[in-house]
Amino acid sequence: MSSSVLAVEGEGFVSPGPGTFVYPPAFGEGSLVTKPMLIVILGSLAVAVFFFLAARRAAMVPGKTQFVGESLYGFVRNSIALEAIGKPGLKYVPYLATVFFFLATLNISGILPLVQFPATSKIAIPLFLAVISCVIFNVIGIKREGLGGYFKHMMFPSGIPWPVYILLAPIEFVSTIIIRPLTLTLRLTFNMFAGHLVLVLFILGGEYLVFEYGGVVGIAAGTVALLGSLVLTAFEGFVQLLQAYVFTLLSALYIGGALQDEH
Amino acid sequence: MEGNIADLGSLNMIGYGLAAIGPGIGIGLIFAAYISGVARQPEARGMLQSIAILGFALAEALAIIGIGLAFAL
Repeated sequence: MSSSVLAVEGEGFVSPGPGTFVYPPAFGEGSLVTKPMLIVILGSLAVAVFFFLAARRAAMVPGKTQFVGESLYGFVRNSIALEAIGKPGLKYVPYLATVFFFLATLNISGILPLVQFPATSKIAIPLFLAVISCVIFNVIGIKREGLGGYFKHMMFPSGIPWPVYILLAPIEFVSTIIIRPLTLTLRLTFNMFAGHLVLVLFILGGEYLVFEYGGVVGIAAGTVALLGSLVLTAFEGFVQLLQAYVFTLLSALYIGGALQDEH
Repeated sequence: MEGNIADLGSLNMIGYGLAAIGPGIGIGLIFAAYISGVARQPEARGMLQSIAILGFALAEALAIIGIGLAFAL
């Protein structure tokens, strides 16, 4: 509605919306592959090939690739797994490292020149990983304490007067089984979604101001917007790495929670 | 038409702006506490950092759910 009003007023700029995230098939009509899918496939391949090369000829004195690979893996091991879970967390480092580097690569694809689309802004990818994390920590808990014991620990923590359980038990159940994977998913998806939207808005808006709106005001404002988009790109890169870290850290904390005695 | 924020109604966006106030204050408080914690005890920085980022992520989730709902509703 309001866009037609704008059009009548003679403003040609259409601000980018959720439609920016809908891509046509990459290889013409009928092919099922879209740009986000290509990014996922190429990103996973890049991570796999890099770590394969880094680990292929593991030597006592590491070469350059091996050193970088080991530092990256060591980061996940030391500052995520050991920090959030402790010694028993070493068993889960392979999963956490996979999640971290998969997400980091797909997030960073949002600021990679020529690619410039964060594949994780499609909800399917974060949702899939969040469900895997959820299954892992629930299975760990059930394996450790048995089905009844796990749910008893989760819903009825000791040291609380019993009338509180009427409120607490459903809240704890919903928060562990539903809210945790849901917030993992939404946090990552909409961080990438909003970040990409802001970048698109700044770049398209700047381009419109400079080339179509014109005049001294248009060119000055457009230049500021385009320079701002560079700063925002750097900021987005930071946010993208941070969100991959946060997703992995929270997965590790949930796993750690299922491993602990007192819930 | 599909790619137009204005089509979604500006009321959603005003609502999202209001909803972002709370997490904004929360994130500010978290980092204020983190900074004063590090200022008092610089050697605790590593430990405080992961806690601060965790708190930041949890508070930020509210704002992010807000923007998700602003587009979805």
